[in-house]
Amino acid sequence: MSTPLLEIRNLCVDYVTDSGNARAVNNVDLEIYPGETVGLAGESGCGKSTLAFAIANLHSAPALITGGEILFEGQDVLKMSEEELRGFRWAKASMVFQSAMNALNPVITIGEQLTDVVMAHEDVSPADARERAIKNLELVGIHASRMESYPHQLSGGMRQRVVIAIALILRPKLIIMDEPTTALDVVVEREIMDQLYELKEQFGFAILFISHDLGLMGEITDRIGVMYAGKMVELGASSELMAAPKHPYTRGLLKSFPTIFGPKTRLEGIPGNPLNLLEVPDGCYFQARCGECVDQCISAMPPLKRIAGGSERLVACHLVEKGELV
Amino acid sequence: MNQSVDAKVVEMKQSVSDVEQLEVDGLVIDFALDNALFNRQYMRAVNDVSFSIKAGEALAIVGESGSGKSTCARALTRLYEPAGGTLRLNGKDINDKAAPISQGALAKQVQMIFQDPFGSLNPVHTIRHHLYRPIKIHMPHLKGEAVEQHMLEMLEKVGLTPAAQTADKYPHELSGGQRQRVAIARAVATGARFILADEPISMLDVSIRLGILNLMADMKDEGIGFLYITHDIATARYFAERTAVMYVGHMVEWGESDSVTQTPRHPYTQLLLSAVPEVGRQRDVKRADSKTKNQIPLWKPDSVGCPFVSRCTLATDRCSREMPGVKQIASDHFVRCFAVE
Repeated sequence: MSTPLLEIRNLCVDYVTDSGNARAVNNVDLEIYPGETVGLAGESGCGKSTLAFAIANLHSAPALITGGEILFEGQDVLKMSEEELRGFRWAKASMVFQSAMNALNPVITIGEQLTDVVMAHEDVSPADARERAIKNLELVGIHASRMESYPHQLSGGMRQRVVIAIALILRPKLIIMDEPTTALDVVVEREIMDQLYELKEQFGFAILFISHDLGLMGEITDRIGVMYAGKMVELGASSELMAAPKHPYTRGLLKSFPTIFGPKTRLEGIPGNPLNLLEVPDGCYFQARCGECVDQCISAMPPLKRIAGGSERLVACHLVEKGELV
Repeated sequence: MNQSVDAKVVEMKQSVSDVEQLEVDGLVIDFALDNALFNRQYMRAVNDVSFSIKAGEALAIVGESGSGKSTCARALTRLYEPAGGTLRLNGKDINDKAAPISQGALAKQVQMIFQDPFGSLNPVHTIRHHLYRPIKIHMPHLKGEAVEQHMLEMLEKVGLTPAAQTADKYPHELSGGQRQRVAIARAVATGARFILADEPISMLDVSIRLGILNLMADMKDEGIGFLYITHDIATARYFAERTAVMYVGHMVEWGESDSVTQTPRHPYTQLLLSAVPEVGRQRDVKRADSKTKNQIPLWKPDSVGCPFVSRCTLATDRCSREMPGVKQIASDHFVRCFAVE
């Protein structure tokens, strides 16, 4: 794991609104190494999907990338020409969106949607493209006879598999998955995740996995970044972060999931409501919902810093930095 | 219907006839698959489902989409006409043609909370308007200032303070969690004794889900009975005393929540529990039996056998011929599976 596949540096994305700019992604740094699975966690509106869209340079008004760079194998995605972007998107980094219902075109057969991708990116004959499409459908466990099916003829789980097959068909090095299984039942979710990992072992792609489900994320990722109101507040190895969360927000999130096998006690979740990005305070964005908040949190924004103890963990919290919160 | 279920229901009725409760007994609901004049095809969305909810208690119904859990709740508010079985509110059949309960009287006692707090509030009306409606309709003895007072009380009860300011707001000015609190306030404003909550937290942010669940738990302690419909078995265990697991319209396992989640006996419940992601659990590299990946069947009125047979690793010939009877395996834990017998 020497050179990162993807390097995001000081990325800022704003949404321009009539009542001012809302900074949805605020000075975020993130690296993804080849073959690694990185999770991005946080609640709706924390900027995790906005970050994912920025990686493929897919933003259009009212979203505006106002700063930073996104280096994919050393090349800045934000400076690519339209022509270069066409070569980059899907062939090097592809996306799996949350709702498979909307990601597929309802009036075109799934076979056509798969072959379209191949034909658009590579100079191949329709027959070869079709053969590749069938092979990829079979990879995700769908029989070739389904090539002529329309999306509405498939179940939710099968549709999501088709979307994964489309994302895989050009063998990209990075797959961005934005809440890929949120709309599915747990049993189907488990099957799809198992299958994805088999494919990952086979093809060695990296995954950026975006979800609000920390339980699932802890099981499948190598590292997890936690975002709150556009800021990265904690980043570290999954097992360590799940076992010993540092930032008060991460702690609160982890305490927001009732367990099935653990003790049954009253959990409190996180009090208050998510921050309105148009009315950001000075200081830490989490101050209004934080039980540990002190004067310094109100006056100054804590930087994302490596914590003491030789760990790779980064945390943005004054109290953790001073060792007052362990 | 199975004899042991009959006996069970009779016994239940005798022991708790004086307690406020909502009962479902052998509920069957069919949906037409086409509009044919003759030979119309039906699917059976709910088949032989029986349960009861007592005041101050919660029953969770857990199942995947299409398992019929929402259909049960909708039948209890008379949104769907049952093809069989009876629904009783405090002992009285709510679909009794001879002496019907008026829709108003039913709605006063039984209210629903829906999944989507963005769709369930009218965007052009204030929160005050949303709460005035049920109060004026169901509490006609309240007049003028008393209506306002009751409304403010309800908003405070669900934690929307300062209540007077919240009342003047429009739904778009509130967050998802706040809107769901308005929906809960609206449901309890009628003085409802039973609330049917259909996936009330699944569209909310994770950090505020517990706040809503805890609010509902407080109301439960005040004597309101809840039917909690969810696909998240962990929150079912957290919130509800009793849990029922549904699969393709059938109740396959039910009883005390801890017993059902800690010692599941039906193969479907076991599959469901093994699939739940849990904080701190490591990814299990063991491959699931490929049979469990089979398609979910479409249940028809003439279908026979156990609905789980196509995905069950323990299935025998008998399972595809007849539906297993109810087997009691603990004081409050029932399962319908031949493998348990």
